[in-house]
Amino acid sequence: MVRDTARAFSEKTLFPNAARFEREEKIPREVLAELASLGLMSVNIPAQYEGAEAGAVAYALAMFEIARGCASTAVTMAVTNMVGEVIAKFGTEPQRERYVKGLATGELVAGAFALSEPEAGSDPGSMRTVAERKGDRWVITGAKQWITSADFAGVFVVWARTGGGGTAGISAFLVPAQTPGLIVSKHEDKMGLRASSTCALTFDACEVPEDALLGELNGGFKIAMMALDGGRIGIGAQATGIASAALDEGVAYARDRKQFGKSIGDFQAIQWMIADSRTELDAARLLVLRAASLKQAGALFSREAAMAKVFATEKAGIICDRMLQVHGGYGYTKDYAIERHVRDVRVSRIYEGTSEIQRTVIARNVLR
Amino acid sequence: MKILVPLKRTADPDNANKIKIAPGGAKVVTDGLEPKPNPFDEYAVESALRLTENGTNPKARLAGDSVVVATFGAKEASQTLRQALAMGADSGLLFEASDENLDGDLVARALAKVVEREKPDLVVMGKQAVDGDSNQVGQILAERLGWPSATFAMSIELSQDKKSVIVGREVDGGVIKLKLALPAVITVDLRIVAPKSITNHVTPQTHNYQEGARYAPLPMIMAAKKKPLAEAPFASLGVEGVKTSYVKFEAPPARKAGIKVKDVPELVQRLRAEAKAL
Ligand SMILES: Cc1cc2nc3c(=O)[nH]c(=O)nc-3n(C[C@H](O)[C@H](O)[C@H](O)COP(=O)(O)OP(=O)(O)OC[C@H]3O[C@@H](n4cnc5c(N)ncnc54)[C@H](O)[C@@H]3O)c2cc1C
Repeated sequence: MVRDTARAFSEKTLFPNAARFEREEKIPREVLAELASLGLMSVNIPAQYEGAEAGAVAYALAMFEIARGCASTAVTMAVTNMVGEVIAKFGTEPQRERYVKGLATGELVAGAFALSEPEAGSDPGSMRTVAERKGDRWVITGAKQWITSADFAGVFVVWARTGGGGTAGISAFLVPAQTPGLIVSKHEDKMGLRASSTCALTFDACEVPEDALLGELNGGFKIAMMALDGGRIGIGAQATGIASAALDEGVAYARDRKQFGKSIGDFQAIQWMIADSRTELDAARLLVLRAASLKQAGALFSREAAMAKVFATEKAGIICDRMLQVHGGYGYTKDYAIERHVRDVRVSRIYEGTSEIQRTVIARNVLR
Repeated sequence: MKILVPLKRTADPDNANKIKIAPGGAKVVTDGLEPKPNPFDEYAVESALRLTENGTNPKARLAGDSVVVATFGAKEASQTLRQALAMGADSGLLFEASDENLDGDLVARALAKVVEREKPDLVVMGKQAVDGDSNQVGQILAERLGWPSATFAMSIELSQDKKSVIVGREVDGGVIKLKLALPAVITVDLRIVAPKSITNHVTPQTHNYQEGARYAPLPMIMAAKKKPLAEAPFASLGVEGVKTSYVKFEAPPARKAGIKVKDVPELVQRLRAEAKAL
């Protein structure tokens, strides 16, 4: 049923409008509000905080469907759910009441996850943003890079250095939008996901109260890693959803397009591309769902999430590329949606940990 | 006010072209098609919900109001009831039966029994099921209950005192409005889910519903798992015997390929000479 709701919403509201959202470079506010009212911004959040409490598997299933309709909407939803979950897990009661509820009801519109920095991407342990104690307040100074939804998010989870070097000196803070000193700067002009905003942030002596600290002092790195484990399930699901949309486009085109007096779908070369794509897509979905069901069962799922993410995102990239090939020259124009899928899916191998980092996580886990 | 909405599962109406006919025309084969609620029944659920809520807070029924959904069908049909519960209905009743042993008349008689037990003030139902297209159950039910009825409703206005409804029916050349004293039976048509087709004097006049039946929000899907859903054998209703039997099914003739004409004069000539359309 969760899938049915996500699919119906995606097919009616996202799919027919995704090209327009991309042209206008934004997801309309009403669409984000509807995502929240349908419970899609809080899929795995306890009902106590107005969440849907539908679990990690339902989240993956919903994400497939939303990404099939619009990849930009999907990433907005992914980051918001991740932020909600991390606050629900590590936040104090007042923090949960304020932020987790606010994200679930849509009052805060979206959540932002501010970990990456201009000089610290794959290696967030080298971050330079600092938070310094000033009486009973924290003063954050530094810069963040690549922050999804930064220009309309109601709350930011911000990681900053509070102790010594390395991963052991990092804490997480909850910073509401409009806090003086939190400046949303450059809007990235991206290749894909153009309806999702990605911005740089500057923290110019941004002051937050003592109770803005999320979790333990200097315990922030672990929080980020745990959030990303769950986030990877979301991105694996997102990539699979995009690939599934691409496959639909490719199959429809293969049936329609005639050359040499036949449908191109009658040529074995095209059939094999479709057969391989369908198989890989199912394998990807199953890996994503396995990681999700481990997470739901409360088991360790870090390795499985990394496996699902690297496999799903890389196969999704290949599938989108093949389906563009099926379209021939028409696939290279904006008259068909396939070129958007190729651009949108590409980043899934980069964000929330690059493919290389996923392999590092898997290998470290296997060789341990 | 209590509203009863009967529901039927039908083979995925969006893929009706995939339905096959068994050899000899004995029955319709719907294998591989996903069962979905009959669309008109979903509109009936939507109408019942709109009648019993403040549209600005669609999560809760108004105090004293409830919506009961009922179906006759296989055990799996409970899924269809859950879906309605997830949209906002309060409770569900499944009477286990096999579709082959039901016809419009028997369903109407069974519903009359359900009405006797549940004592709703209003029955809102789809005008017809999109599989059999019989369009009989609402009418027979009203007759058996001796209740007033209005078919093919495109608008419903509930009176302030909740004792009557004014139902708009679209007919050739306009709209007829009927006033029915409750209890009554209403069957609904497609336009009943337009943004302002239902008035209950609680939802503000300015409120615009989304076109169509609502999606079940995720928190309501989870809550629906805990709502009461009673299952009983069809026989427990004490009605039996179908009066209609199907003689034969035939597929519509396959469409022939069209022809291409080279210009408008040829088109006109052929429409006149061959198709005799002009
Ligand atoms: C559209 C978009 C949205 C994003 N949204 C967010 C967000 O909301 N919040 C957030 O915090 N971040 C976000 N990011 C940042 C993203 O997570 C980083 O881009 C990513 O972690 C990679 O960091 P980097 O870009 O600095 O690349 P680098 O770390 O510089 O990597 C460059 C290359 O080197 C490789 N490499 C690096 N280290 C190793 C190693 N040890 N072994 C092998 N190979 C290695 C990488 O795999 C990559 O191929 C977003 C990025 C994009 C593009």
